[in-house]
Amino acid sequence: MSTLVAAHVPETRASSGFRFAMLLPGALVTFLLILFALGLVLFLAFRGNDGSLLGAGFSLANFITVVSDPLYWTVTLRSLIIAALVTLATVVTAYPVAYYLAFHAGRRRGLLLFLVTLPFWTSYLLRVFAWKIVLAYNGVLNSALIESGIWSEPTLAFLNTPAAVVVTLAHAYAPFAILPIYVALDTIPKSLIEAASDLGARPFTSFRRVVLPNSMPGVLAAALVVFVPTVGDYVTPAMVGGPASTMIGSLIQSQFGKANDWPFGAALSVCVMLVILLVVLVARGADRRFGSRT
Amino acid sequence: MKRDGRWLGLYVLAYLIFLYLPVLLIPLFSFNDSIQAAFPLQGFTLQWYATLYGNPALSGALVNSLVIGAIAASGATLCGITVSYMDLYGRSPLAATISAIARLPILIPGVIVGISLLILVNLVGLGPSRVAIVLGHILVALPTTVVVMRSRFAAIPRTVREAALDLGASDWMTFRRVMLPLSLPAVLSAFMLAFLISFDEFIVVFFLAGTEPTLPLYIWSQLRFPRSLPTVMALGTVILAVSFIIAGTAEILRHRGLGAVRRNPA
Repeated sequence: MSTLVAAHVPETRASSGFRFAMLLPGALVTFLLILFALGLVLFLAFRGNDGSLLGAGFSLANFITVVSDPLYWTVTLRSLIIAALVTLATVVTAYPVAYYLAFHAGRRRGLLLFLVTLPFWTSYLLRVFAWKIVLAYNGVLNSALIESGIWSEPTLAFLNTPAAVVVTLAHAYAPFAILPIYVALDTIPKSLIEAASDLGARPFTSFRRVVLPNSMPGVLAAALVVFVPTVGDYVTPAMVGGPASTMIGSLIQSQFGKANDWPFGAALSVCVMLVILLVVLVARGADRRFGSRT
Repeated sequence: MKRDGRWLGLYVLAYLIFLYLPVLLIPLFSFNDSIQAAFPLQGFTLQWYATLYGNPALSGALVNSLVIGAIAASGATLCGITVSYMDLYGRSPLAATISAIARLPILIPGVIVGISLLILVNLVGLGPSRVAIVLGHILVALPTTVVVMRSRFAAIPRTVREAALDLGASDWMTFRRVMLPLSLPAVLSAFMLAFLISFDEFIVVFFLAGTEPTLPLYIWSQLRFPRSLPTVMALGTVILAVSFIIAGTAEILRHRGLGAVRRNPA
């Protein structure tokens, strides 16, 4: 007994050094690169632009401009609508794929899971670029339509429209949505579905009353991971969107580039984060209503 | 149920075609003997691939991307290992908090990650530079490495670690000699995925690059010139092929040995 106790003393002493070494890398990255850097954005948002790095004075002027200038309302509203459409499109189209993976794929499941996640690991820039060559005036879609005799004239209607932004973003973020929904569907106990059909529920009723509500946490998670990167995107609007599809991310980018008003760009960023926080809270609330099992 | 499955199977096939078709147009037109990416195809050529050779701006960007990718992936993997291990076994609120914050970048749009780091690196005097890009990419890859390592550590039965500790191994020895070797395939997988994320990343690097661009920034700079589109497509084809190979290997590694750990925990 005494040897056991003695053996534990050096262990706890070594432990504190071990804990320190193991916690250090993560602590540095999370506290410095994430929290402190975001703190800087928040700080800068309340400063005036005098050309210096951290600005001057304290005021709400940046936020007043954001709220009072209709331009920012228009662009924010457009970003929200585009992101909402993209989220809706990706989640609705991904759900049947996730359903198939969870209940019908059988031996092909591993391969299919790999195939739907593979595009996630390829260059986002190249995926957007691919749509640029598809939608261009003398591009793939126009030339294919003329070649097959469906149209006689190339059309400008594809590129540089908000619709092009929605299609491109929905394609670029499609792989994000499948995995969370699949995981939620896969963890539904099979006995639950069997019980529903034993009790006389038709397949559609058991889907609507048992499967769908139980998969809602996955659907909400999928919606979040698509909504967040799309609402702040600036690459796709620049590549395929044209001037009529400027999004809030494009405005932030230009404040740190051409416009060179960092404090105002920081204020716009804070507004975007507030919008995302609101969406997260709504999703959380919805998750709780559906009785999250996680 | 059976018939549902067949219709769904067809839908999944159509979905996969939608997913891959636009991307596969890049390799298709990279072999096409025309400046325009349009039908009908004009004949097979390798000339666009030939233009990739002996281009100093391109090879400079490639070397930059490789070096930054390797360093950022090492950093992100180290953080992923330590953060997830302490989250699972550290039994401290600090470790749990760090793990939660490490997965936070998923909820921050890339543009905001980019500008917040731009402010930070300017504040500490680094400015936009390769070091700044490495920091940015550690952050972008962190949620992935944490998730990959966490699920692997969680898959190792608790009794394995407890046995090591009971036999008198210190925390450090248990981690070094037992837990880390058992999760080595996942470590390699996390490293490769983090490398891919860094190698392909554009949104954050756009703000953090100084005078030396990475490969995605080089591509972006070339997109302004219609004449260089075929070269971009040739380069894109090479990048896509490399990405597919690395991602495939990482996927195989992630699952490798998991069954052995569960069946025969030794």
